[in-house]
Amino acid sequence: MMRLPYFRYLAPRTVREAAEMLAANPRDAMLVAGGTDVLPNMKRRQQVPGTLVGLRQVAELKGITNGDGLCIGAGLTLTELVGYLKIPGPYAALRQAAVQVATPHLRNVGTLGGNLCLDTRCNYYDQNYEWRKAIDFCMKKDGKTCWVATSSPKCLAVSSTDTAPALLALGATITLVSAEKTRAMALADLYRNDGIHYLTRQPTEVLTAIDVPRLDGWRSTYWKLRRRGSFDFPVLSVAAALKLAPDGSVEAARIVLGAVASQPIEASAAAASLVGERLTDEAIARAGELAAVPARPMDNTDFTLAWRKHVTRDFVTYALRELRGDDMSKLRLSVARQLV
Amino acid sequence: MTEQAHITLKVNNEPVEVSFAPYKTLLEVLREDLNLCGTKHGCELGECGACAVLLDDLPVLSCLVLAVECDGRRVTTIEGLVTDGRLHPLQEAFADLGAAQCGYCTPGFLITAKALLDEHSHPTRDQIREALAGNLCRCTGYQQIFEAVEAAIQSGAAGVEVERGPRSAGQEEA
Amino acid sequence: MNDTKLHLIGKPRRRVDGRAKVTGQTKFADDIMLPRMLHCKLLRSSVPHARIVRIDATRALAHPGVHLALTGKDFKVPYGILPVSQDEYPLEPTHVRFVGDPVAAVIARDELTAFEALDLIEVEYEPLRTFSTPEESLEHEDPRIHEYGNQGNIHKAVSLGFGDVEKAFAGADEVFEDTFFYQGNTHLAIEQHAAVAAKDPDGKLVLWSSTQVPHYVHRALARALEMRAAHIRVVAMPNGGGFGGKCDPFNHEIVVCKAALLLDRPVKICLTREEVFYCHRGRHPVLMRFKTGVKRDGTITGVHLKTVLDGGAYGSYGVVSTFYTGALQTLTYHIPTYKFEGCRVFTNKPPCGPKRGHGTPQGRFGQEVQLDKIAEKLAIDPAELRLRIVEKPDTLTANYLQVSTTGLAECIRRVVAASDWRNRFRKLPRGRGLGLACSSYMSGAGLPIYYNEMPHSGVQLKLDRSGGVAAFCGATEIGQGSDDVLVGCVAEILGIDPMDIRSVTGDTDLTPVDLGSYSSRVTLMMGNAAIQAAERAREFLAEGVSRKLEVPKGRLVFAERRVFDAEDPAKGVSFSEAVCLAEAIFGTLGTTGSYTPPKAVARFKGSGAGPSPTYSYSAAVVEVEVNASTGWIQVTRVWIAHDIGRALNPTLARGQVEGSVYMGLGEALMEEQEFRRLPKRLSHALVHKFPSILEYKSPTALDMPEVITELVEHPDPSGPFGAKEVGQGPLLPVMPAVANAVYDAIGVRIDEVPITPEKIIKALEAKAAGKPARYGPAHFPDVPWPETLQVPPPWEGGDGKAINAPPRPSKELARKSHAPEVVQS
Repeated sequence: MMRLPYFRYLAPRTVREAAEMLAANPRDAMLVAGGTDVLPNMKRRQQVPGTLVGLRQVAELKGITNGDGLCIGAGLTLTELVGYLKIPGPYAALRQAAVQVATPHLRNVGTLGGNLCLDTRCNYYDQNYEWRKAIDFCMKKDGKTCWVATSSPKCLAVSSTDTAPALLALGATITLVSAEKTRAMALADLYRNDGIHYLTRQPTEVLTAIDVPRLDGWRSTYWKLRRRGSFDFPVLSVAAALKLAPDGSVEAARIVLGAVASQPIEASAAAASLVGERLTDEAIARAGELAAVPARPMDNTDFTLAWRKHVTRDFVTYALRELRGDDMSKLRLSVARQLV
Repeated sequence: MTEQAHITLKVNNEPVEVSFAPYKTLLEVLREDLNLCGTKHGCELGECGACAVLLDDLPVLSCLVLAVECDGRRVTTIEGLVTDGRLHPLQEAFADLGAAQCGYCTPGFLITAKALLDEHSHPTRDQIREALAGNLCRCTGYQQIFEAVEAAIQSGAAGVEVERGPRSAGQEEA
Repeated sequence: MNDTKLHLIGKPRRRVDGRAKVTGQTKFADDIMLPRMLHCKLLRSSVPHARIVRIDATRALAHPGVHLALTGKDFKVPYGILPVSQDEYPLEPTHVRFVGDPVAAVIARDELTAFEALDLIEVEYEPLRTFSTPEESLEHEDPRIHEYGNQGNIHKAVSLGFGDVEKAFAGADEVFEDTFFYQGNTHLAIEQHAAVAAKDPDGKLVLWSSTQVPHYVHRALARALEMRAAHIRVVAMPNGGGFGGKCDPFNHEIVVCKAALLLDRPVKICLTREEVFYCHRGRHPVLMRFKTGVKRDGTITGVHLKTVLDGGAYGSYGVVSTFYTGALQTLTYHIPTYKFEGCRVFTNKPPCGPKRGHGTPQGRFGQEVQLDKIAEKLAIDPAELRLRIVEKPDTLTANYLQVSTTGLAECIRRVVAASDWRNRFRKLPRGRGLGLACSSYMSGAGLPIYYNEMPHSGVQLKLDRSGGVAAFCGATEIGQGSDDVLVGCVAEILGIDPMDIRSVTGDTDLTPVDLGSYSSRVTLMMGNAAIQAAERAREFLAEGVSRKLEVPKGRLVFAERRVFDAEDPAKGVSFSEAVCLAEAIFGTLGTTGSYTPPKAVARFKGSGAGPSPTYSYSAAVVEVEVNASTGWIQVTRVWIAHDIGRALNPTLARGQVEGSVYMGLGEALMEEQEFRRLPKRLSHALVHKFPSILEYKSPTALDMPEVITELVEHPDPSGPFGAKEVGQGPLLPVMPAVANAVYDAIGVRIDEVPITPEKIIKALEAKAAGKPARYGPAHFPDVPWPETLQVPPPWEGGDGKAINAPPRPSKELARKSHAPEVVQS
């Protein structure tokens, strides 16, 4: 059986306590919420924090309100979030993303904050200690080379969060709290295109809340590519949100791709191409082509990178057609195996 | 050796105190320190579903639950499905209808199916499939598992639940 | 025996171990917790191919909590499943052959301590050239991965000719040549291998292990530990899934035994999932070239099959696997001339071995896909074509396999009807398609792993005056229901309830030898042994009852826990009374039964793989939807009919069929044992690409389509109550049926598995560019085939012997390999 290494466990009751604990152990402390990301990583010795600061008992992270926009505590589990978004309205992308994370069991403990901060993934990195030793380790942990592209100066591990693309398409902002200060920022600013330093969050900060603005007149959706109907991380995802004018033309659009780089990628040109247009087949096809351009999948996930690139435009068109009002349920069933 | 951790929790409706090496997950404590070996493991990384247990009535993977986080909580394992000497209708149906072949993934499936039936009185086949999507089985091809869950519903499994919540707490004190 | 006489057999019934399994009480190897038990971890090679220059475990031994460290020098004798490939050491002393090859062991107070201490073992390696593909291994003779085998890194090359295929091709109207590739994949039983060893109170060794083959592990332990076999007890715990992955004796089993003997404390090991991938013994990746001659009406004139197997780093069952890629090809359709050439090479990867269908799915895939192409070219419906050429019952095939009963034609008709094939094949809209394929499989290997004349399965019964019966057999419950077969057969014959019977299985101290749960042999062989033992017991009981009731023995009926007069059912005694009566006459009651398969007709070298008492047959139709833009494939439904002879317990039989379909779909669509070689200028690494359950993709509850199963039951004279195998055969038609359905849906051939969206897109692109509308291998490597052993088929007056047999190896050599070669000479 794979075993965790020894660690010290701290159980703060408040965000402030948690932040102080992090501040007191800036080098070796990590937060653990649901544990579905950090614990496997610890068992594989990818992450070996000396101290775990458990957020389970921090009640203030578990709130959710829907008044002037959606305000979600980072400690809400994905199951709770999906349950809350029974009638998601403009936030459909978030529900779609959350309900497709991993498996029911993992969603029962995995939190929204945890999914947003999910460690980047790579076939050369998400391996046991013994395996990584056999390749003399990699840049992200204990080694020097990025084996995905050996001349790469930076780590190419893949952003594999489902909820981030969805929340980015919805224009979310987040709150980070440290012992010194509280800061709010656009969710987009949380991410960096670097497999190692993929978050701008400081190790001493706690992600506490996610705010999604009121989105009157918007509609959104999320499409995920993975081999199987459950368990698998996305190897391509498309989140799209549109605001439609009464005449059916697009007033505003955001398209975000997941799992094609070390951070979620905004397909800004594709989104811009839709503004002022009706969602005709041609406009959708053009947006699909444009969206595929910034997608740079690498050979470090399931499926071949060429094919993942190839189907990017298909997935973008699925999302846009769905937002147009096409019945995509059969295709969604076939691709996502989503039954209910 | 580092100091042992110590927690008090309720396992299958019985209060339990246990000391264990502090790095252990709930899975390890159940199997190695509480001798409840009915909970299995196939990866210890959250990738197979074999170690599912109910934690405060929700199906979770015990291989990814820190045991130190279980103080004061309620755990139901496969050993807790039998009540008053009788198998749970899900267990009867699984045994009768071929839903258990090697039996290794079975506890995880049963625990997960129980949570589903506690929540929904009459889930559809699709809801059953969704609920069991986090449990891998390599023997059956799942079909006889789905059928067994449906048969258990027919025999009145939904709502037939192991005592839970405050009611059982009261009983323990009595 | 006619149906009306059966009370239990043939009726759906809760399996005897059902309650244990649904209550979590079935004890698997890792569930054994013993006082003072220590924990073992293995240090595995981190390099793919190297000499060990130095290994030093001193620091590990000094680590607090560590009790023992072992290295290669602690073991003197190699072992292996086949007498001809005794090529593994419990811990490799000098030469590591793949990343994952065990070199040292640490035994400590707990698993974490043992794991931490592994890092303190110093190993210095001198790298050797690494072989990652069969082509590389065929190209370079040096360095040799093993010092034995045909030549260089060729483990085994064989060439068998049954009649003149060249003449057959010349006489054909059309000759088809196709190259196929079948990717390797693994069993992925959810239970990881585990073993506990201890000295029993008498000082003898006990091993509890998740093994499918306690008898072979027993032999391997005696050999590798240089101990008396009588002082070793191997207990096969119920396996949490096997599928062939627990059919070899493994390093870790021998290591914990050694440690338990040295420390006189129980020692446990439970492998991590990654280590299970290194144990492997899964499906061989096989490259195949099929050349088939046909007449215009579809009649086959001859088949020439060539296979190259990527064997990985050790022999395992490889010699047998090699023969199996060709041996069973002749069972489904009538093939008057047949030439088979097979070659297994060593590479620096985990060893391949027997996975469900052992060597057969690969060739089955090629033949069934090629038949689909042939049918199209000849403008014959593929189902019709197959019906024309199915092998007839009571036939000796070109390679001397004895077909007794076959329900293949009925299987085809059933799936054709159920799937509405005639109205839908080639008539569905683009993007949807149907595919059909067939197969046949052994009901138990006709020969044991090591040559001997003893029974393959033995059953002992102990009858108690309480009315209880204990049934003892060495067979192993791996989920397939072998305990249920044992109890079911005995209960049926003695007319008692399964609950009245205690089964004791898979224990080399307590149970008579059964060779193990592999080759679909248990139902037929153990079942027959159980029937014999039970009939002998019935004989004793009948004598007692007959004397007491003064009714002729022949009139006595054993049913409903009674023994009574068929002509006057009220006149009878209870079963327990019957036991008392018999015990009073004969003394303590015990009987035995055993089963030995009939001698094979074939007498040529290599004929050991293939013979079986009888063969099962299956046909499947698969329906798919394929997206032309993305290549995304969804299997929407599977119809399968399986000729099982008789289903002893239809609930379990159906489970075996559906489980086979499930595993077949995994192989067809997603499962692959893939490896990654880092750029050679930077690294020697050759690693398993993703030794995890997450990245080795196996279908989930959401990915599994509906399966419609039909059991075709015409009792086979050699099977217990007429039963044939069901555990492996139904997997075989699934992969080619998927490939054929993809072609029907979208018009491109995917000539390899897994069939993935990427490959479909590539084939569609090839088609659009005017190239052949296919994806698959183009080349077949040059192999130095040996001289073909010529065996004239039966219809050419052959007697099963080769007419150009090379001289037999001297007795000296034969003894050196401990026993005659497995493949009977």
